[in-house]
Amino acid sequence: MTIAVVVFPGTNCEHDVVHAMRVLGADAELVWHRDDDLAGAAGVILPGGFAHGDYLRTGAIARFSPIMSEVRRLAETGAPVLGICNGFQVLCEAGLLTGALVANRDLRFICRPVHVRVESTDSVLTAAAQVGAVLRIPLNSYEGNYVAPPEELAALEAAGEVVLRYSDTSGAIDEAHNPNGSTNNIAGITNAASNVAGLMPHPERAVERILGSADGRVLLESFVASVRTPVRT
Amino acid sequence: MTEPAHRRLGMTDDEYDAVVAILERPPEPAELAMYSVMWSEHCSYKSSRAWLGRFPTAAPWVVVGPGENAGVVDLGDGWLAALRIESHNHPSFVEPYQGAATGVGGILRDIFTMGTRPIAVWDPIRFGPLDEPKNRYLMKGVVAGIAGYGNAVGVPTLGGEIEFADCYSHNPLVNVMALGLLRREQLVLSAASGEGNVAVLLGAATGRDGIGGASILASASFDEASGAKRPSVQIGDPFEEKKLIEACLELYARGLVVGIQDLGAAGISCATSECAAAGGMGMDVDLDDVPLREADMTPGEILMSESQERMLAIVAPEDVDEVLALADKWEIEAAAIGTVTHGGALRVVHDGALVAELPAASLSEEAPLYRRPSQQPGGLEAAWAAAPPLPEHVDVGDALRSLLDDPAIGDRSWIYEQYDHQLFLNTVVEPGHDGSLLRIKGTHKGLAVSTDGDSWRCRLDPRRGGARIIWEAALNVAVTGARPYAVVDNLNFGNPEKPAVMWQFRETVEGMSEACEALGIPVVGGNVSFYNETDGVDIHPTPVVGLLGFCDPMPEQPPRLDRAKEGMGIWLLGPEDRGDFAASAYARTVLGIATGRPADADPDMGSAVVHRTIELAGWCPVLHDVSLGGVAVAVAEMCISSGVGARLEVDDWRDLLNESPHRVIAVLPDRGDPNDVVPIRRIGTVGGDTIDFGEYGSIPLGEAAAIWRDALPRRLG
Repeated sequence: MTIAVVVFPGTNCEHDVVHAMRVLGADAELVWHRDDDLAGAAGVILPGGFAHGDYLRTGAIARFSPIMSEVRRLAETGAPVLGICNGFQVLCEAGLLTGALVANRDLRFICRPVHVRVESTDSVLTAAAQVGAVLRIPLNSYEGNYVAPPEELAALEAAGEVVLRYSDTSGAIDEAHNPNGSTNNIAGITNAASNVAGLMPHPERAVERILGSADGRVLLESFVASVRTPVRT
Repeated sequence: MTEPAHRRLGMTDDEYDAVVAILERPPEPAELAMYSVMWSEHCSYKSSRAWLGRFPTAAPWVVVGPGENAGVVDLGDGWLAALRIESHNHPSFVEPYQGAATGVGGILRDIFTMGTRPIAVWDPIRFGPLDEPKNRYLMKGVVAGIAGYGNAVGVPTLGGEIEFADCYSHNPLVNVMALGLLRREQLVLSAASGEGNVAVLLGAATGRDGIGGASILASASFDEASGAKRPSVQIGDPFEEKKLIEACLELYARGLVVGIQDLGAAGISCATSECAAAGGMGMDVDLDDVPLREADMTPGEILMSESQERMLAIVAPEDVDEVLALADKWEIEAAAIGTVTHGGALRVVHDGALVAELPAASLSEEAPLYRRPSQQPGGLEAAWAAAPPLPEHVDVGDALRSLLDDPAIGDRSWIYEQYDHQLFLNTVVEPGHDGSLLRIKGTHKGLAVSTDGDSWRCRLDPRRGGARIIWEAALNVAVTGARPYAVVDNLNFGNPEKPAVMWQFRETVEGMSEACEALGIPVVGGNVSFYNETDGVDIHPTPVVGLLGFCDPMPEQPPRLDRAKEGMGIWLLGPEDRGDFAASAYARTVLGIATGRPADADPDMGSAVVHRTIELAGWCPVLHDVSLGGVAVAVAEMCISSGVGARLEVDDWRDLLNESPHRVIAVLPDRGDPNDVVPIRRIGTVGGDTIDFGEYGSIPLGEAAAIWRDALPRRLG
């Protein structure tokens, strides 16, 4: 089964995601945003970058690309859908995930490894991980600051749909280890059906030790496994 | 009296007469516009060309030397690397964000013009002291511009270097180097061959931005009124460039391109004439087919516009439709604007009328060549004689408190964490180390790059300073395990019409050439930026080198600054020399003295140290070049990164703070390094929570780390 990696004009992490999938032994193929057929795909990844230049607002234009109605259809069948960084922003903008990503607290782009603690294994992103595990994964974004309206945020937390939070190396969660001002240190979330997930850090940048960390593997392996053994609703 | 048109365009009377002689008539306005930009200092290298031939450019691994859009070297097994360096100094002073952003955009086009995707960028930058608000504004704007463009266009920025000096307050320097990786069969050159082939303009529409950027901004000195030159700064659009890169890469992959040229300085004038001249052909260009942002542009404006994100592709007539369709897929504009012709004439039509007809090659090949007078500046020998007076005893712990707070020494993560430095999954050693190291996926090969400049030493002795930046860059790649392989250089100087500046320039070229020859590495490209002068004050002579290192195989665990552990021995590789304090960080920062004569490089010792360092990189956990602030700063940086202290034992404080060349700190786990041709001696041990210099004082590790980490943030917020 193949994983579709969606390419908008301005996307730039698509080749990295394909490479990481290959390292994990999974098949992945690039799909152009004007395509409107994902029939052959068992799962979808929206990679990082600057879809449509991030003009207007991150993801604001991308959500209208023809491919997005297919992504929505696939998500509704229960197929695994993952948004990384800009892909997370697109999924929020498209309403497939709750909340939004706004400019970092310090109004500067941040590219550095951060630590995240696994909060729930009930998602296609974290199924193979351990709750409480601390992962070192690179962050690379200007608009990575997660926000949501209070009642949606409360519902998200109550339902256990926050899957990753920024933490220190021991897993302690505090403002000092919140790189971008995200509400409740939220780094990654899932939807109610647990098949759509998004996160700001880049797990595909942490699958080979030579590049500094292999902690992203467990996340992408979770996703690959869920593609191979789909739980259709 | 109104000034003649050619002088307003920055052209001398003699140069105007030369144009008349070529055309055998006075030039039309559009023709004059074209000659004025193509014969500008920036485009024609008219003051520097005569001396650049001194650089060694040959090596068996050179595939493309100076003269094309980028230099290209062979990495074996069909792999090639393309590299190039450029400056965007004056635009960055007038408008820091856009000036720096479009500098990145321009260098990327130089690389993907060669047929491949740029894989990394480096940004050497220089500003005036940060206690002046204007300099903080310039630095923040430049860093944001590099980040804003580089991150969005999707090319990682793997580092750079930074210096501060008063002379850059009114003339900051923004250089940018780019690297591309390609298979031999991907290589594309610019020549437009084949009569009847079509010139297709790809990318952004042409507007009035950047008109005269090369001639007015880059080739003239500055004064108080320079803010009025803001309209000559181009505006960058990284999204447009990203689409243009993808479109060009697909054009190459489908074999649709005969030749290609980017539009940079001098815009359409330069691209059409260079493409035609490189192929020994001419070209008919119809400006009515150029997509414009403003309908009423004159032919001269269209020809000179430096609107960004444009490329000129030469394609066979039968492929034009496919090229246009591909441009449509990537949502960029494309228009056939010209036809390749026999005979060497560049003919330009506007509104149906011929507005220019000239020999295409004359714009480049007949550009003026000046052998300007040069003379050693007065006062230099007195400065050499004034060696910094050194105290008997120095508390090195206290000295470190000042040195680690020097913004040129302190932690630079404030800068590079704003840059995406990981994209493409090649970054093995990231910014913050001496040199960055990239892997080549699917091979055991690695590429290392270091950019280096040292304007304080070059100011005192440009020949020795020029040589020493090559030696330092060589060591910076050697500590990653890579051998020095090729060089690109960016020569930033003042007004070449001053004999003292020309002397600095020629001395620098000589010094750099000698060092390259000793190392056996070719110069494969470069850039000269003259007229870095504001209100009559020239910048320091500021050569900046981008040195490419190559290793095959790459060390399995390349040395890093954060791999020192309790109990490991600290060794100093290189000559025993404690006298080099001229323009050292200690003399400037602590004593406030920047005179004396820097030590000369020692080519035999230098080469031996480079080679030994490469061997050590195969198994040493930490290797760190000794540069600014000497051994004390080098050890402190390692200790801060590794989170562990050190105890050093030396018998003279000067051993800790002098900056003599060819030295490397090596951390060796539990073993010495026997029978060496290169001097190496143990100077201490890793451990504890202070950096302890024995009778020369100490500093707690936490305090050193806090000072070092805060050096930039406390100034920039």
